Amino acid sequence: MLEITNIHKTFHPGSINEVFALQDVSLTLSEGDFLIIIGTNGSGKSTLLNAVAGSFITDQGKISLSGQDITKWPEHKRASLIGRVFQNPFSGTAPTMTIAENLSLAARRGKPRGFGWALDKQLQSELRDRIRTLNMGLEDRLGNAIGSLSGGQRQALTLLMASWLKPDLLLLDEHTAALDPKSADQVIRLTKEIVEKDRLTTLMVTHSMQQAVHLGNRIIMMHKGQILHDFKGASRQGIRSEDLLHRFEEVRRREQVDVRVAELLQRMYV
Amino acid sequence: MSLFLGAMTIGLILSLLALGVYMSFRVFKFPDITAEGSVTFGAAVSAVLLLKGVNPGVSLVAAFAAGALAGAITGILHTKCKINELLAGILVMTALYSVNLHVMGKSNIPLVDAKSTGTVAESLGAWLFGQSTDINWFGWEVSIRDAGMLVSMFAVVAAAAFILLVFFRTNLGTAIRATGDNPQMIRALGVDVDIMMILGLAISNGLIALAGALLAQYQGFADVQMGIGMMVWGLASVIIGEALVGSNKQGLVVTGTIMGSVLFRLLVAIALRWGLNPNDLKLITAVFVFAALVGPTMARSLMKQGGNQSSGRTV
Repeated sequence: MLEITNIHKTFHPGSINEVFALQDVSLTLSEGDFLIIIGTNGSGKSTLLNAVAGSFITDQGKISLSGQDITKWPEHKRASLIGRVFQNPFSGTAPTMTIAENLSLAARRGKPRGFGWALDKQLQSELRDRIRTLNMGLEDRLGNAIGSLSGGQRQALTLLMASWLKPDLLLLDEHTAALDPKSADQVIRLTKEIVEKDRLTTLMVTHSMQQAVHLGNRIIMMHKGQILHDFKGASRQGIRSEDLLHRFEEVRRREQVDVRVAELLQRMYV
Repeated sequence: MSLFLGAMTIGLILSLLALGVYMSFRVFKFPDITAEGSVTFGAAVSAVLLLKGVNPGVSLVAAFAAGALAGAITGILHTKCKINELLAGILVMTALYSVNLHVMGKSNIPLVDAKSTGTVAESLGAWLFGQSTDINWFGWEVSIRDAGMLVSMFAVVAAAAFILLVFFRTNLGTAIRATGDNPQMIRALGVDVDIMMILGLAISNGLIALAGALLAQYQGFADVQMGIGMMVWGLASVIIGEALVGSNKQGLVVTGTIMGSVLFRLLVAIALRWGLNPNDLKLITAVFVFAALVGPTMARSLMKQGGNQSSGRTV
């Protein structure tokens, strides 16, 4: 389904700000897999997601999705296969356009856009029905500008938009990180519903160990642009958030050791 | 009275310019100065065609196409060659100055003898109001040419606004609006935002060139200098229009922009009548736009300061 083979990405190569964001990352997902990506800040989680989405072209390696080599595809072309929800609730919707117009844009994801009415009768009734399933009372406010909604409501709508046409791959980039706890819960419940209903192949980045253990069928932990741990099958079964936190602690301790050893070596030899 | 009618007519013609500026400046937040060249480009192309005896309608279509080409080039410079928005516009505007001189062959083309939209309007006026040269409107003597021109310009502008509003509701039109509103989002929905911006700027400058062509035909000449200050003029109309309707609903804003253009032109006509030096016109327009852009923010910060002082006193 999704096949990432040995991808590399270095930002600002050759300068002092050089960052090895992705180093030889390989990952294979089968249809219907729901992968959770965790990791420390700057570990490359979001970079991996952006590499798949096409926000930049990778330096090396190959990415293929649904049997097509998308390595060199620009972002907007990949969008025909990929639905996406961003961390910032403002990123996923056009604020001055109405709820209905935003959804009508999503209803043509990856399709040619011509002179047909954006909001025909059929689409209007369909989107009223589907917005009703959100239970947010938004079905009566279809003509309101989306900028007037709360972050949680906007994120729920973005999720609905990303999955309106069943995407081959759904990318969720810490999509609850900017929400209050109640809205975050609501959006996570909706995520679960949508992913399970259509059996969507999903990549989700999160900082919440709670979400990591309760969602999905596989967890990878990233560190310094590499995949450090991969919990799937038996090792994913029965994993608890404490176990994951323990792994983070391990990474932290190893880093400290690294620093101390480096100082020691410096004292001895320099 | 003919002063009043003339101001209304020019206001209507320039409302096409204002709609174009609305499209670039408000929809895309793109300060597109190509407008200054497009106005003249449209006027030049249509004037030259009219002198060759081409049908006035066809000359207007050609003017639109010429402006669209100019806008598309600005769009390509900005999106594909990554040139700053203002600089891309300035480059095309500067290049157009020479192009316009080449198209016209000299710096000014009189159109008095050519069969133009004015001629068509005259016969329309005759058809509407009878064969006499002057008619009586609300007790005013009005020449048939002026009346016919006003009616036909009203029709042209109404049609353009209607088409624009319909377009904004199509799949393509909503994608263009979303490109201005949130490019990241619409890219993630599979739209090539570069193409949308190029297309949007083409439509914007097409409308602006159309305004230039109509203006040349109305005033009876095309001049290579006629575009100077036009972008700010359009901006002033858009700002007045927004203030008039006090809403950001698309239909209202488009209507408001047209009303704003007419109102602005009327105010200018009155000010000139009262003895305003025409040389000061552009200065005053620029100051007006400056005030409209800065005024609201300054008023807000002043109010905030006031609020802080009062809260300071209570503590």
